Amino acid sequence: MNTAFADPGHAGPAGGGEEEARRKRDLDLLARASRTELEDLWNGLDDKPAHTRLRGPETGLVMVRGRIGGGGAPFNLGEATVSRASVQLADGAVGHAYRLGTDRRAAELAAIIDALARDDGRRAVIADRLLTPLAERLAAEAAGRAEETAATKVDFFTMVRGED
Amino acid sequence: MYVAVKGGEKAIANAHRLLADRRRGDRSLPGLTIAQIIAQLGLAVDRVMAEASLYDPSLAALALKQARGDMIEAIFLLRAYRTTLPRFGTSVPLETGRMQVERRVSATYKDLPGGQLLGPTFDYTHRLLDPDLLDETADVEAPARRAGETEAVMRVSDILDGEGLIEPDGEMPDDHVPGDLTREPMEFPMPRDLRLQALARGDEGFLLALGYSTQRGYGRTHPFVGEIRMGLVEVEFEVPELGLTLSLGEIRITECQMVNQFKGSAKAPPQFTRGYGLVFGQSERKAMSMSLVDRALRTSEFGEDVTAPAQDEEFVISHCDNVQATGFVEHLKLPHYVDFQAELDLVRRMRARHKPAEETTEHEEAAE
Repeated sequence: MNTAFADPGHAGPAGGGEEEARRKRDLDLLARASRTELEDLWNGLDDKPAHTRLRGPETGLVMVRGRIGGGGAPFNLGEATVSRASVQLADGAVGHAYRLGTDRRAAELAAIIDALARDDGRRAVIADRLLTPLAERLAAEAAGRAEETAATKVDFFTMVRGED
Repeated sequence: MYVAVKGGEKAIANAHRLLADRRRGDRSLPGLTIAQIIAQLGLAVDRVMAEASLYDPSLAALALKQARGDMIEAIFLLRAYRTTLPRFGTSVPLETGRMQVERRVSATYKDLPGGQLLGPTFDYTHRLLDPDLLDETADVEAPARRAGETEAVMRVSDILDGEGLIEPDGEMPDDHVPGDLTREPMEFPMPRDLRLQALARGDEGFLLALGYSTQRGYGRTHPFVGEIRMGLVEVEFEVPELGLTLSLGEIRITECQMVNQFKGSAKAPPQFTRGYGLVFGQSERKAMSMSLVDRALRTSEFGEDVTAPAQDEEFVISHCDNVQATGFVEHLKLPHYVDFQAELDLVRRMRARHKPAEETTEHEEAAE
C-alpha cells in the first residue's frame, strides 16, 4: 500500500483538481475495503437514501499488462477479475466503484458510498467511520509485511583470514 | 471421420456422481474450505492463476478443489470460466519498480540498494520431511520483524544500465499495439510481447525443461540471475466515466531479470543481453524458466543460429500451453471405433498382399 492513502480524514472541502484527487484516493481505498467494512458502514448510517443502478453491479475482466524487461514496451501478462458498479441517488449524486475480484455486492456498496461522499457532510462521516480506519489498517498491514521481509535481509560479514 | 453413437448417458451420469464422491473422500473428515486452500496451498493457487492467465485466488482455489488437486484440470476450469466474462479494458502497465517487495535476491551483486531479502523461501531448507506438520493443531511461530528499513529496492538492471553495460528494457516500434493471444490467432514469426504473453501462461514443467536444456548446452546463453523479486503491485485502470486512473487493488507477482552474455558489433561495444520473466503469484521457478526461454527465443534477433529446441519459436510457443496440449493428447482416449475399424481393415489387406510375396522368397531361397 502506498503513502497516497495517508490521512483521508483531513482533506477538507476541496474543488477542481483537489476534489478529483480526493475522490481518487477515496475510490482507491474503497477498492481495498472488505465486504464487512463496507456493510458495517452502510448498516451504521442513519440516513440510507435509495439508489438506482446505472450499470451493474457486474463482474468482468481487465487485461493486466506488464512491461518487457520491467520498463520497456507493454505486453499482455494475463487477466484479472474486476467487479464494478455505477449508481445514482435520489438527489442526483452518481457514484462509481471498481475493485479486483468477483464481489459484486461490495462493488455496489462502494459505488453507493462514493455517491454519498459527493456531499461534504456525508463524506466527513464516511471518512471518520470507514476511510480513516481503513487507511490505518492497510498501512499497518503493509508496515508489518515490510518488517517481516526486512527480518530476512542478509547481513553479510567477511571472515578474517589473518594473512597480514 | 466422426460418427454419432448413442448410449452411455447413464454411465456418464453415474461416473460424475462417483467422481463427486471420490472428490469428497472420507465423510468423517471435514470438507476443505476455499479459505483453507488459499491460505495453506497458496503456491498451488498461484500456479493455477498463472497458467490459467486469470488472477483470482478464490476462483483458482475453487477450481483446485473441484479438480481434486489436478493442476491442469483446475487451469482448464479457470480458462473456461474466463470465457464467460466481458472484458472491461486493459490495465496501465504494472510498475514492478514500485513493488512492495516480499522477496528480492540477486546473484550478481552481493551488496546492492535494498539488500538481499530472502522472504518466504524454500531455499536453504534441508528438504527433510517435518513430522511436526502431522499435527494440524501445532502452533507455528510468528515471523520475526525488523523495523526501520526504508531503503528503496533498486532494480539491478538499472544499476547495470547506469554504466551502459546492459541492453535497455525491450522496446517495440512506437506504433506497435501489444498483441493478444486470446483475441488473435498465432502467427510466426511472433513479436516478443506476444511470446511473453504465451510464456507467462505456459506450462511450468515445459518451460523448466526447456530452460534446463539451454543450461546443458542446447542453445547456451551463459545466464546469471540479475534479480528475482516477488511482492505486491497495484493494478491501475483508467476509468473513462470518471476521467481518473484508479487503483483496483494489489496482485502478487514474481519477476526475474536474467543477465546473459554479450552482444556487440563493429559499431556498438559489447553489452550484456537479457531475458525477462513475469508471472502471476509467487512462482520463482516459472519466472526463471520463462526468462531463460525468453532469451533463447531472441536468438535470431542477435544474429545467432537457431540450433536448439528452446530457440525454436514455433516449437516452443505452439507447445507451451498445457490446456491445448492436454486437449489434443487426451482426445485420443475418446471413441475412435470407426477410424480404428478402417485401420484394421487396411492392415489386414496389406498383410494379405504381403503373404504371397513372403512365400515366394522362401521358395527361391530353398531352390538355391
